[in-house]
Order: sequence, then C-alpha cells, then structure tokens
Amino acid sequence: MDLVSTFFNWAVFVRSFPLLLDGLWRTIALGFLSILLGLAGGLLLALGRMYGPRFLRALIIAYVDVFRALPVLVWLVIVYYALPFVGISLSPFASAAFALTTVSSAYTAEIYRAGIDAIPRGQFEAAQAIGLSAFDVMRDVVLPQAIRIVIPPLTNNSINVMKDTALASVVAMPDLLKQATQAQALAANPTPLIGAAFLYLVLLLPLVRMVAIFEKRLGRSGRR
Amino acid sequence: MATSANAAPIVTMRAVTKRFGEFAALKAVDLDVAPGEVVVIVGPSGSGKSTLIRCINLLETYDEGDVVVDGIRVEEGRNLRKVREEVGMVFQAFNLFPNLTVLDNVALGPVRVRKLSWEAARQKARGLLTRVGIGEQAEKYPVQLSGGQQQRVGIARALAMEPRVLLFDEPTSALDPEMVGEVLDVIRTLAGTGTTMLLVTHEMGFARKVADRIVFMEAGEIKEIAAPDRFFTNPASERARAFLDAVLNH
Repeated sequence: MDLVSTFFNWAVFVRSFPLLLDGLWRTIALGFLSILLGLAGGLLLALGRMYGPRFLRALIIAYVDVFRALPVLVWLVIVYYALPFVGISLSPFASAAFALTTVSSAYTAEIYRAGIDAIPRGQFEAAQAIGLSAFDVMRDVVLPQAIRIVIPPLTNNSINVMKDTALASVVAMPDLLKQATQAQALAANPTPLIGAAFLYLVLLLPLVRMVAIFEKRLGRSGRR
Repeated sequence: MATSANAAPIVTMRAVTKRFGEFAALKAVDLDVAPGEVVVIVGPSGSGKSTLIRCINLLETYDEGDVVVDGIRVEEGRNLRKVREEVGMVFQAFNLFPNLTVLDNVALGPVRVRKLSWEAARQKARGLLTRVGIGEQAEKYPVQLSGGQQQRVGIARALAMEPRVLLFDEPTSALDPEMVGEVLDVIRTLAGTGTTMLLVTHEMGFARKVADRIVFMEAGEIKEIAAPDRFFTNPASERARAFLDAVLNH
C-alpha cells in the first residue's frame, strides 16, 4: 500500500499530468525536428564524403569522428553555456535541437555511406550507361535501394535521438523529464517521474518493435 | 550490311592503352567501326575484350590514345553525356534496377535524359518490351523474371535511348543454357536494323552468323580482324587458330 501511494499515487499523477503532457509535446517536437534535420544533414555529409572534393572529404571525416566521440551532453552544455561568450545565444530549445542534429548527422552519415557502399557497381554503371546525370543516378537508382537497406539502423538512430532529448532538461528546457522533476518537487512525491518514464516507453516501444520487424523483413528478402 | 570501306567510321579507337597498375589491359589498340556494322569481339578470358568496349562509353577510362564516337571524343566532362546518349550497353549481369518495375527500367532513360514525360516514355517502353517479346511482363519487378527475360529487358532499356551504337558485354554468359537462344534471337533481329553493334561473346556459332567482322584479341592486343567465314575456317594468326581449336573442339 505504501509502495503504491509513493510511486503510483493516482491523485498526484492526475494533478501533474497536464505538466507532463506539456513536456511530452516539447520532447516530441524537439525529437522529430532533430531526427529530420539529422537525416537530411547526414545524407549531405555522406554524399560529400563519398563524392566531394578532397578537402571536403577530409573535413567531413573529421566532423564525423569528432561528433561520434564527443558526449552529447558535453556538446549540449558547450552550445548552451559556452557559445554565449562568443556572442551566440540560443534558446534552450534551439541549443538542444542544434546539438542533437549535429551529433545525429554524424551517425546517419556513416549509416548512409554503408548503404550506398552496399549497392553493386553494376547499378551505377547501368545508370551511367543510359546517360543519367550523377544526381539522377543517386535519386533514381542508388538512394532508393540504399535507403531501403539502412531503414533499420536509421530507425535505431532515431530512437537514440529521441531518448537523448531528455538531456535538454540540463539546459532548462521544459521537456518531459524536466517537467516531471518539477512536478515531483512540487508534489514531494516521485509519481510524476514514473509517469514520465511511462510516457517515454509509450513513445519509443513501438519504434523499437518496428526496427525488429524491419530487420526480420529485410533479412527475409535478402535471402532470396 | 554496311561495309567499312566507304562510310566514315562511327567508332574510332586510336592507340588506346589501358593499364591496371602494372598490367596493361589494352596495348595501343586501333579499331574503326562503320555505321551499321556488327563487330564481334572474341578471344580468351582476360584478353581485354570487355575493357575495350567499356572504353567506348567510358565505364573504363583509358590512359593513352583516343576514342571517338560519332565525331565526339570520349572523355570526362561535357562530351561524356553526349556520348552516353548515343551509346547503349547491355551487361553480362543485366544490372536492371531492382527498385523499378520492368516498364520503368526501360522508361527511366528517356524521361531523365531525353526529357520525355513518364506517360510518353512508358508508352514507348511498352512498345520496346513487346518487340523483345515480354510485353506482358511490364508491371513486374526484375526479380520476378527469368534470366533470359531480364536480359531482354536490359536490351529494351538500351534501345529506349535510340542509341547509334550498342555495346554487348557477354550478354548470355550469365544465363542458363536454355535461355541463351531467346536472347541471341533478339540480338540477331537487332543486327539487321542498322544499329552499329560491338558484341563480346563466347557463342562462336552466333558470332559467325551475326558478325560483319570478327575481332580477335589476346593479351590486350587485337591480333586479327577478319570476315567471319574467313576467321572460322582459316584464321591468319597462329594464336587465333589455337584459340578456335580450344573453344570449338571441346
């Protein structure tokens, strides 16, 4: 009984729910924006790394390495607390979106590159032989096949980005986690934290399941 | 068919050399092909046959010499697209686009390069698929077709660009024996239509029937160029004699 009233206190949950919901929307907005920008940015980075001029390739390799090595939290804190010293002041939301996007792009770039690398040379040759431009070769032939292959790892990465949005609470963005800790302090009861964890699961468990299904389906068609 | 004597050549290769590291895949190769001519290239594996025809649409770059197609020098840059618009290619491994239907495999080139509407290009593609005998497969995806059918799509895809020159890189080598005939039949009907063709093949009987001239290659060099009857009955070079001996008597 005591356990229930401490962690699963219905009255506290109902009272804090509007606050949690408010945080949830912000978490979703931040997550989706960062995921979409990361998917687009990563594609540009991958193409630049594979087909760009030499100096650009070196630049992109350095970028990807740095952002895969740097902890997201450290980068986020730098963006929010350090950049104002050089005159760049971003809101908590913009800081978090920027930090998550830059890191996500580094990961998706590597994923796209692996996908493009997996396309047989004959596909490029056949597309070039009918006179397609480099752009058309990518758009019509290579990317549709490559992206199909990398949907599972891209979805995995998207899940990670969505989870990393919780870091934004560190820069005072009222996301789901931040609102939950506020509510917990207000109610002097940890139920809002459990509620937040539950909402994260509702949001992400379907995606995790989806990855498993994608992988199964791809494995099957791959055996053909 | 066309004789190489009077018409200006549509394909000219002059002292074309191609190296892979230390290995010379082509050694100062010279070849002229007249418009409408069917040239079949034969020779042992690794003799440079595929490399030679791949230099004509620059899927392979060459290190020295000149390749000229219809007055356009084959090189990186502005010329390349024009050359590829005029030169079609059929691959050993078909290389159909698995993400597109058979119909769109054929229509893609005309849409992107000739700027046809999808509607017009698909209509044209249907005509070509019918011509190669697989009109009823148009809505399927490549994986759903047999090897022979896939290669016929490959031929229709090349034809859709209305190329002046068609390159065939061992078009039947990846096929099950019972499907070789259907593909060779299609190629034979094309040979009579005035399209210039360069064909690399191991099908000697077919080569003899369809060729205006046989080019025999060995070790990156053209050792002999002859009319098919002459080549298959009385080759001039000792090398060609040994090669024919090996492939015909086994």
